[in-house]
Amino acid sequence: MNKVMFGRFIPGHSWVHRLDPRAKLVLSFLYIAVVFFANNFWTYLIMTVLLLASVAASAIPLRVYIRGLMPLFWLMIFTVLIQVFFGAGGHVYWQWGWLVVSQDGLNSAGLILMRFVLIILISTILTFTTEPLEIADGIESLLSPLRKFHFPVATLALMLSLALRFVPTLMDEAEKIMNAQRSRGVDFGAGGLRQRIKTIVPILIPLFVNAFNRAIEISTAMEARGYQDGEGRTKYRQLKWHRLDTVSLVIYVVSLSAVIGLRYFS
Amino acid sequence: MATDITFEQVNYWYQAGTPFAVQALKNIDLQITPGSFTAVIGQTGSGKSTLIQHLNALLKPSSGTVKIGDRIINSETKNKRLKPLRKKVGIVFQFPENQLFEETVIKDIAFGPQNFGVSEADALVLAKRMAGEVGLDEALLKRSPFDLSGGQMRRAAIAGVLALEPEVLVLDEPTAGLDPRGRLEIMQLVTRLRQEQNLTIVLITHQMDDVANYANQVVVMGHGELIKQGTPREIFSDPKWLENHQLGLPSATKMAYELQQSGFSFKTMPLTVEELADQLTPQLSEGAISHE
Repeated sequence: MNKVMFGRFIPGHSWVHRLDPRAKLVLSFLYIAVVFFANNFWTYLIMTVLLLASVAASAIPLRVYIRGLMPLFWLMIFTVLIQVFFGAGGHVYWQWGWLVVSQDGLNSAGLILMRFVLIILISTILTFTTEPLEIADGIESLLSPLRKFHFPVATLALMLSLALRFVPTLMDEAEKIMNAQRSRGVDFGAGGLRQRIKTIVPILIPLFVNAFNRAIEISTAMEARGYQDGEGRTKYRQLKWHRLDTVSLVIYVVSLSAVIGLRYFS
Repeated sequence: MATDITFEQVNYWYQAGTPFAVQALKNIDLQITPGSFTAVIGQTGSGKSTLIQHLNALLKPSSGTVKIGDRIINSETKNKRLKPLRKKVGIVFQFPENQLFEETVIKDIAFGPQNFGVSEADALVLAKRMAGEVGLDEALLKRSPFDLSGGQMRRAAIAGVLALEPEVLVLDEPTAGLDPRGRLEIMQLVTRLRQEQNLTIVLITHQMDDVANYANQVVVMGHGELIKQGTPREIFSDPKWLENHQLGLPSATKMAYELQQSGFSFKTMPLTVEELADQLTPQLSEGAISHE
């Protein structure tokens, strides 16, 4: 469990750490949207440079990000292989029955891999540098215009922050339960598929029972302290938009516009 | 046949090689001999729980070696074939009721032995016996474990580990969150098991009275290091040192130190209520005589 880097927060005081979570959310979404517009060498170059610059500005070593990619390694390989073998068209390099390696196949495999890595890395920058509760606050603030349409923004934000808050707790608990069951002779990851599925039951049942008990305790504790859902709640953490946010926004908008420009007008 | 456990220069880092790396154990040397009763004390976060997870190779040392019986565990040890160790060394984790999952109490107790190749029928017989050992009423065995009271769940979980028939029984704060009577019953159960089945016991506890009453070896952990080791008498002979490490004294010893301030004298510091009474009675009757 401890090896999972994806979705973790790494404390720090870098440029990216100090950004307003709303800025980081908006920039990440913009970036991900524009990744799908990139289609040639120059556009990918801009996207990559922008990403590496952001990684550098987060003051977290690149190898930590790379380690975060590792759990998705097989998924990436699988996607690339599918693209290589089933993307038809252009010059054929190799053929065996219905398996074809063609120029277009290789091209689209390259593009997909590139997009995959860029999207994961940009989201990793967001989660590495932003506390889960900040992300929840940011989302709440960005969604707040929806209040006009009676969308329960506050409730959604509470659900989100509670869920995010208890991810590490549940992971710790899962690990404790796994240790207890291992001590009772359960061999995780051994045997065939059927055997493996059977070993999940002794983890999932206690985990669910605990999660429900905890949910009841939390709601009791919240009620005991007078929690009331809905409008009019004040915030302990105030979000403030600084010049740093504007500067970052400008850098992103300029670079991303260049990508779109290069696609349509070059 | 008896299982010796020896730690040699054991270091352990959590999340080694990441920005979150934390050293949880530093140069631990420790020996646990068959039939002994070892109490592990120390503040929260001092490495006690990490230490006991090395006892059945749930964790492998980052450097150094742990010898369990004739198996040597070091950082290179493969995860395979560690299972036999789990049968030799049974661990009852903190709040073990969190490991219950089966439909009925008896099935849950019988779960462990079946993982080690005991047939279902034999495991159920064993489970029934162990439920008796921990004092669970037979009427409860067909109920769902989630219908039991807190204390009963605790017993069921302990029975589930005992059903492995381990040689070494490790308990991580088995009495946490129980009422005084429940605590006493669990500790009596542990002593009885030790005597009847000649079990080796390793107990993590914050109850200094339990340390004084039952242990013959005490290990004090602090910030991942083994900072003191000895008999309860040796450990409790230095109240200043204990206070500096935010550890308490057994209640009898504490009372004796306080009485010492007001003129009583003790040849050896009493650890238990009985020892205190033995030394106090003559002094009190003398006092009574001199007042007359």
